Amino acid sequence: MPERVAIVGVGHSDIRSITPGLSCKEMMYEAAARAYEDAGVNPRKDVDSFICVSEDFWEGTSIYDEYVPDQLGGALRPVHTVTGDGIHALACAAMLIRTGMARVVVVEGHSKHSDMRTPAHIHNFAYDPIYHRPLEAHPHHLAGLEMNRFLHVTGNTREQCGLVVKKNLANALLNPRAVYGARVSLEDVLGAPPAFTPLGELDIARPADGGFVMVVAGERAIAGLAGEPVWITGYGWCTDTPALDSRQWGEAAYARLAAQQAYRMAGITDPFRELDFAEVDDSFSYKELEHLEALRICRPGEAGSWLEEGVTLPSGDFPVNVSGGSLGVGHLLEATGLHRVYEVVLQLRGQAGGNQLPDVARGLAQSWRNLPTTTGCVVILERA
Amino acid sequence: MTVKIKEWPGTALSSRDIEEGRVLTVRHKLKAEYAWDAGVAIGRYLRELKNGRLVARRCGGCDRILLPPRMFCEQCFVPTDEWVYVEDTGTVNTFSICYVRWDVARLKEPLLPAVINVDGASPGMGILHLLGEVRPEDVHIGMRVRAVWKSPGEREGAITDIKYWKPVQGG
Amino acid sequence: MAKVAVVGAGMTKFVRRAQETGRELSWQAAKMALDSAGLTLKDVDAVVIGSAPDAFDGVHMKGEYLADGSGAWRKPCIRNFVGGATGVFAPIQGWYHIASGQFDTVLVVCEEKMSSCHPHPQGAFITIFDHTTERPLGPNLLWIFALEMNRYMTVHGITKEEIALVAVKNKKNALDHPCAQLGEELTVEDVLNSEVLAWPVNRLDVSPASDGAAAVVMCAEHVAKRVSDKPVWVEGVGWHLDTAYWTNRDLYYPRYVEYAARMAYEMAGIKEPRKEIHIVEPYDPFDYKELHHLEGLLLCERGGAARLTADGVTQRDGDLPVCPSGGLLGVGNPIAAAGLMKVCELFWQLRGEAGKRQVPGTPRRGLAQAWGDLMQVGTVIILGR
Repeated sequence: MPERVAIVGVGHSDIRSITPGLSCKEMMYEAAARAYEDAGVNPRKDVDSFICVSEDFWEGTSIYDEYVPDQLGGALRPVHTVTGDGIHALACAAMLIRTGMARVVVVEGHSKHSDMRTPAHIHNFAYDPIYHRPLEAHPHHLAGLEMNRFLHVTGNTREQCGLVVKKNLANALLNPRAVYGARVSLEDVLGAPPAFTPLGELDIARPADGGFVMVVAGERAIAGLAGEPVWITGYGWCTDTPALDSRQWGEAAYARLAAQQAYRMAGITDPFRELDFAEVDDSFSYKELEHLEALRICRPGEAGSWLEEGVTLPSGDFPVNVSGGSLGVGHLLEATGLHRVYEVVLQLRGQAGGNQLPDVARGLAQSWRNLPTTTGCVVILERA
Repeated sequence: MTVKIKEWPGTALSSRDIEEGRVLTVRHKLKAEYAWDAGVAIGRYLRELKNGRLVARRCGGCDRILLPPRMFCEQCFVPTDEWVYVEDTGTVNTFSICYVRWDVARLKEPLLPAVINVDGASPGMGILHLLGEVRPEDVHIGMRVRAVWKSPGEREGAITDIKYWKPVQGG
Repeated sequence: MAKVAVVGAGMTKFVRRAQETGRELSWQAAKMALDSAGLTLKDVDAVVIGSAPDAFDGVHMKGEYLADGSGAWRKPCIRNFVGGATGVFAPIQGWYHIASGQFDTVLVVCEEKMSSCHPHPQGAFITIFDHTTERPLGPNLLWIFALEMNRYMTVHGITKEEIALVAVKNKKNALDHPCAQLGEELTVEDVLNSEVLAWPVNRLDVSPASDGAAAVVMCAEHVAKRVSDKPVWVEGVGWHLDTAYWTNRDLYYPRYVEYAARMAYEMAGIKEPRKEIHIVEPYDPFDYKELHHLEGLLLCERGGAARLTADGVTQRDGDLPVCPSGGLLGVGNPIAAAGLMKVCELFWQLRGEAGKRQVPGTPRRGLAQAWGDLMQVGTVIILGR
């Protein structure tokens, strides 16, 4: 049996739409100091390895991994960077522990989106330089294309996507971490200016700044730590294809395959029954529905009607994005997955405040690396 | 296995292949602009540069005086404790005589980048800057130098408010 | 700790400008590595990609762009990034994918297409410096190497002549490498008389900008025994990242390399590295770096690597062959791919398949090391028969 692995400490910097008062390093320090306090660890003595997630162009610095160690207590220690979502790093931390090489590993991710003055141009730089980028379309156009196909294939409706926005923005009102909480009606969403039809302006998660740090430990190390463990019982990640010509539009295959790996590890065969709630990627409204179906939490074509029936509301049988998701909290670049994990951890610890769900023991967090990628991660977390 | 490979993959192109259009390229100029929040420590560092002073932070844990200033100590992992003004004199830790620009175009006059250990900061606390008013052949490790500031009206709160560092007489 | 083997390796030619795209280069190296192991993509459980700054290829989120070329279609795929040290970290990441028990077979692919960056690949390096306290000074990459080299030479009293011997040796070794970009017979005078870029760095002290890819296939013990009659085992891995405040450190000694090496030696149970390591592929983007790294790897005393080189100990037929491949100076330096090329070289050397490059005496154990960031990170892998 591989060693059991848990999250034993979590911390974040204050999430804001802009953070002019702090440098990125100072923001990371704030998140790290809180996570170490929560776990009861001294990073200079108790942590064996550090894993960060970042992408050079989000930061405006080449070889950005240079700048991560100091504010995490990781100077002259084994530190490495993964250019992926925070859940990728969480999985790497679990793997490192299971080799027997490390007992305690720290994972970090952040967004300093507000440092970018030309985010759409920078985002467009991720598109294929030969086939796609020369079209000079706004990067979000791909979401419009995908949404259209998704609705066509599955029979979910534009209105149901609007209800995702309504639900998540309302949920965010009760979450002190959320930047964009609001009470909006379906009419508000549908009546918002069109952006990339069928995608409207309110269907797109808005960016925010914030950093997350988590302390991950193997069972052997947990006894000596203060933090209440939340067990990582399954994880998976997958990349479909970068090519637009060979991807299967209308289905999030990456989420389906990542979930398959995670469910297998966690011994889950019926996710709807065996999980209590989920935080899934909603970078665009339709993505929440698409991901729920890919995760096999509901059947293809069923996610929208579920929402209409209230199944995914906080009071429903399977609450989804009680935190407010990326639509309500703000999109945090590569830290988006860690934010979702954070919300699941709080729920399982019973520390989610006004968003607290009753009697939850097992939750799922899922991330997607946003356009133009077909990369996503899944993690299953359980209460002790 | 490697000895058995007859033909290794990869096709080398020459400049002429491009110039004569034998292969095609797609050009893209990225419009990437950033405005990085300087934060508490570097924000104050920049303001003090505008005032013609260098400021550092002291860590109560290890008692080091840290330059460039930072709000946390990377050794002790605790918040740093106080602002400390340091001198605008120092010692050359290492230097180079650089004849090329970033794109390897030749410079008429070489640049003299150096790491300068600043007086008043803890031993080894250097910063990257340039040397000036000195012949390249006269520069040496251990040379004593002093900052040459822009005039107060020219200073804008940037590391370039110091024009360069020049040798101190007898240094 | 579960045993992990390397069972296949492949690489493209390293060239100044490749016709292939980054995805195509990745595919070529990956295909060769799989072929050499007698495996196909169906056998691969997960993919690890290594690639250095996105600014070279001119693609943001480069790992995503390279994924299908690297064989990651519908597979778990992760890209690691530790600057120049990435090429040796990638197989370390492959190692932990397998040693954790998570996967049986992992394809590790490293790629760099530096020629895409115009007008010069060096432009990608301007943005490695601190955006507020350093970039306004107009730095370029050569500065930081020249500053380190000067410090190293001055502290130990080492001359440029002694350092140039490394360039001469590695470029000569590269003449025997079929993928090499810059194999040639040079003299110390040629190096010293080449154009001064940033004193003490001359043009021939420096490795070139290159395009290329390299790949290895790694697997768990039970798979290795089935698919390979000559698996090469991962005996030790280590990595360390020092503070980003590089001007606060004495650059004469790479402490982070020493720490990474100690981590790897401990895992491999190596007490006397100088006796127990038989081939070394240290990172040599600049000639002095080979010396610097040999010292950090504890393969000689501080300041002693120049003597070792002058005495011929580091020649291919010497007592401690160093960069028998030809290194970055000779084979070329498509950053991440260059680091993994060193691991490929160990694989071929330890299996006795390095052809004209084969070091005599059937070496049993080799070490590859890469370096990166702001004179800051060391990655070390030890392979053994």
